[in-house]
Amino acid sequence: MKRIGVFICWCGSNIAGTVDVEKVAEAARSMPGVVYATDYKYTCSEPGQQMIKDAIREQHLTGVVIGSCSPRMHEKTFRKTVESAGLNPYLLEVANLREHCSWVHPREEATTRKAIDLVRAAVAKVARNHPLHQGHIPVEKRALVIGGGIAGIQAALDIAESGYETVLVEREPSIGGRMAQLDKTFPTLDCSACILTPKMVDVSRHDKVTLLTYSEVEKVEGYIGNFTVTVRRKAAYVDHSKCTGCGLCMEKCPAKKIPSEFEMSLGRRTAIYRPFPQAVPNKPVIDREHCLKFKTGKCGVCAHFCPRGAIDYEQQDQRVTLHVGAIVVATGYDLFDPALYSEYGYGRYPDVITGLHFERLVNSSGPTGGHIVRPSDHKEPKNVVFIQCVGSRDEAKGVSYCSKICCMYTAKHAILLAEHVPGAHPYVFYMDVRTAGKGYEEFYKRATEEFGATYIRGRVSKVYPRGDKLVVRGEDTLLGKPVEIEADLVVLANAVVARHDAAEVARSVGFSYDGHHFFTEAHPKLAPVETNTAGVFLAGVCQGPKDIPETVAQASAAAAKVVALFSKDQMATNPMTAQVDPACCAGCMLCEPVCPYHAIRPETIQERVGGKAISRQVASVNEGLCQGCGACTAACRTGCIDLKGYTHQQILAEVEALCL
Amino acid sequence: MKIAYYPGCSLHSTGIEYDLSGRRVCQDLDIELQELPDWTCCGASSAHVTDHVLALALPARNLALADDLGLDVTAPCAACYNRLQVTRHELAHDPKLRQEVEELLGRPYTGRAAVRSLVDLVASVGEEAVRQRTRRPLRGLKVAAYYGCLLVRPAGILQPDDPENPQGLDRILAAAGAEPVEWPFKTECCGASFALTDHTEVVTRLVAQLVDGAQAAGAEAIVTACPLCHSNLDMRQETAPGATPLPVYYFTELLGIAFGHSAAELGIGKHSIDGTQLLAQHGWSQAV
Amino acid sequence: MSAATELTRAWANGAGFVREVERLSGQKVASCYQCGKCTAGCPMAADMDVAPRQILRFLQLGLQEEALNNSTIWLCASCMTCVARCPREVDLPRIMDALRQIAVRRGRVKERRVYLFHRLFLAGVRRGGRLDELRLVLGYNLRSGQLFKDAAKAPALFLKGKIRVLPEKTSGAAEVQQIFARWEARKP
Repeated sequence: MKRIGVFICWCGSNIAGTVDVEKVAEAARSMPGVVYATDYKYTCSEPGQQMIKDAIREQHLTGVVIGSCSPRMHEKTFRKTVESAGLNPYLLEVANLREHCSWVHPREEATTRKAIDLVRAAVAKVARNHPLHQGHIPVEKRALVIGGGIAGIQAALDIAESGYETVLVEREPSIGGRMAQLDKTFPTLDCSACILTPKMVDVSRHDKVTLLTYSEVEKVEGYIGNFTVTVRRKAAYVDHSKCTGCGLCMEKCPAKKIPSEFEMSLGRRTAIYRPFPQAVPNKPVIDREHCLKFKTGKCGVCAHFCPRGAIDYEQQDQRVTLHVGAIVVATGYDLFDPALYSEYGYGRYPDVITGLHFERLVNSSGPTGGHIVRPSDHKEPKNVVFIQCVGSRDEAKGVSYCSKICCMYTAKHAILLAEHVPGAHPYVFYMDVRTAGKGYEEFYKRATEEFGATYIRGRVSKVYPRGDKLVVRGEDTLLGKPVEIEADLVVLANAVVARHDAAEVARSVGFSYDGHHFFTEAHPKLAPVETNTAGVFLAGVCQGPKDIPETVAQASAAAAKVVALFSKDQMATNPMTAQVDPACCAGCMLCEPVCPYHAIRPETIQERVGGKAISRQVASVNEGLCQGCGACTAACRTGCIDLKGYTHQQILAEVEALCL
Repeated sequence: MKIAYYPGCSLHSTGIEYDLSGRRVCQDLDIELQELPDWTCCGASSAHVTDHVLALALPARNLALADDLGLDVTAPCAACYNRLQVTRHELAHDPKLRQEVEELLGRPYTGRAAVRSLVDLVASVGEEAVRQRTRRPLRGLKVAAYYGCLLVRPAGILQPDDPENPQGLDRILAAAGAEPVEWPFKTECCGASFALTDHTEVVTRLVAQLVDGAQAAGAEAIVTACPLCHSNLDMRQETAPGATPLPVYYFTELLGIAFGHSAAELGIGKHSIDGTQLLAQHGWSQAV
Repeated sequence: MSAATELTRAWANGAGFVREVERLSGQKVASCYQCGKCTAGCPMAADMDVAPRQILRFLQLGLQEEALNNSTIWLCASCMTCVARCPREVDLPRIMDALRQIAVRRGRVKERRVYLFHRLFLAGVRRGGRLDELRLVLGYNLRSGQLFKDAAKAPALFLKGKIRVLPEKTSGAAEVQQIFARWEARKP
């Protein structure tokens, strides 16, 4: 015999202002199985919860319906309430009388009728609820961090400092990421390398951190607490266990004219190389594509000179399997290709460069030793035009969003130009100057007041050569007139975009991404570092444009989430998972491809049919992976998959209560 | 290849040398042109300034004529080409507009006939074909290929390779042996129909900018594919005393020269700025 | 200095006008974020009395008088440079077309000679099916009161066979006349 209790919450005036709550409670009393119904001003309050507990005990309730706000708000709270009164927490249903009713309808009779209907449906459902029990899975207390930029380095350091093993995987030969390419950082003008390289060294020397550079994550399987990850270690053709990083090989390598990726092709490197002098690990790799030994079979100079015999042309890629309990994704970003703005001539005119080129030009360890010169003739530029929003806020050619960091780094470039080149004049074409951040507006003010940057509000229409100058045409929209600047150098602040292979990474690890291919957080406000896949966390620009302070904060937040997960030996699992009835499953496996979590696999079972033992295939759900989305239950042609807590029987009962 | 030919009003008057040279070059490249019978004016800018539907109906009539022939249609004039192509695009994407236009036309419009510019048509025959047909390569002739507005914009509809720095015309000229220069004003406006109003000073200013740009890039001539651009550049070029003006050719004229025709056959003598002298310097005036 | 423009009244008076411009042009004036890329690249901007960008600003605020009573809408050459570069994909020439059409309807044509040119052009097409450049130029010079404009260029053109003395005949002319007649009949 069901004994259901119904509690209608006023939510102050949020519900009671629109819905006649007393009438709803009154109506509930005559619903099938209901033995008790009441209304209360704030059900989620301490006395409200106590009232529910008392009713459960006094009325010997077997099920509870609470008509209140959205279950997203307080379902967890109320589950704990009923559990503490001795009832299974899954014998509770929440009827959403606020978001689905009082907030969206006027105060009238029909609104109260709808509230009653919603309660009736919940009552019909709870009468068919069964106790559900959480399972427990062990947690592998080792973390994987993908990406060795500042985000990945910070996350790995924080997790390792908490005492957990961490594997940091980086695709390039060195960790450091984009931040290693920067000269100074805004708004303090700290030298980027001076604050980054100590962290690079710390993370590489940490006894809890395993550093896998020149490596790529190929495959991720499993689920929270129990991931199996395959990493491909690319052949460096240098045995790093023997190499001391003396650098003799690089000195002797005859292929010296290869454009350096790190130097944005403004500098050259050898075929056996490390990306930059402070690289970690400070050991070279051979770039097969440009190596004479690989191209022609002749050379072998590096092997000849290596005092340790570390060169190994026969080295092969290796695959490493890792078992980890949590993953932090910190794969960083790319920059928008400004050649798509043909009117700016990037790629056609050598003195049209990007902000990252400028960083390398102004850096004292860069290709020009910190002398700002024009790529075309190596002359020092005087009038330099900075164009902001190249690709940003441009749905026609670029991306719709604001890249967030360009206003600040352009102000920084203007300052650095004025500091490095006496008499230089920075001109900045801007749309809006966005300086939300501590000390940011003051920094911009300094760029104009102390360093004489001229800010022009308008988008540049065209850049073209006149003699050895570049004519920049824009409108000064504040002046209301077209203006022209004869510039020596043009610097484009190109948009921050997701990495070209971001979608691939998201699919292989198994989480979602947005229309711009930035990775999607589980909740934009309340779960900003989680993904919709449990155990996978985000840090840095792979989630969306942000500056260094925000990146570091987010990395530490992701690390905190990992550490919290590792603080328990076991993890409770969500019991609302899909369940296959093997007796009627036909083994068609249509459910397998619809499962977004790869939780369904075929399984062979033994049966006796007519006294004979046979084996056949049925679908089987991995409860660790299943997130309870229910896609498989809709795909199942024989109706043999049920979602616990949302069975066909329960949902049909709700529908019946609403419609019949 | 056979294609319907829509000369447009200019090619029967101020742009007559484009008509002459275009027909010869097509013949040389085995492109058979069939002039649309009873073709009428596309309405040009004056129509779209006046009314959107009228501006679509006037070109649509000519597209419908091409439909009747069962042929695609080429328009050498960039302005006509633009109006025909834009009309075809708009009518393909808006059934309601198409119905309105059909009502004005009093005849059905199917949109089957595709529209090609003459540049695109020659390009589609291939640079190799141009190279093979070339009897005297235009070696040493530095030209500024000028596309103007109407061959490349609106880019969403006309789909040029690059709306700011197109290459199609450059490649054809290079195939004929000429040396196209890199210059930044390939697609800047020449002032179009304002040459005929009392805003001629605008056109003079814009033409001067184009000529200066071409000269600065080392060009000896400007090459166009539009009778409006041609007449603006040819008739509104103001030259400082003592300086030589820059001759302006239709691309078909230069192809015709490369293919061995005489300057006279191609109508080059009809320019305001003498175009024959430069050719004579290279020894290309007579037929070979 | 003149009094400040009161914007609530401007919008109350101009909202209907703005919707009409949006309907005729198929564009949303709110799309523009006033970056000025249109004006910076506009070949005619130097000769206009207000910047092309400002036309959109007038429309965003409902300032119909300002949007109609300027030379800019008449000097737009429809070269489409602005459309090619606009980050918000606004087709400004279509807006200029719409404004010119409204200006004509209201008898508010600032550049009468430009309008005269277009009118004579279409009248010529209507008459003969094809444009007769000679008659267009002669008619324009006559009616705009600059009889001998470019007269020096005429003999050379004439001798080179570039000007037809007699207008071309096409049997398509009748059909074009019908198109114009039907178009006129459906005008409100």
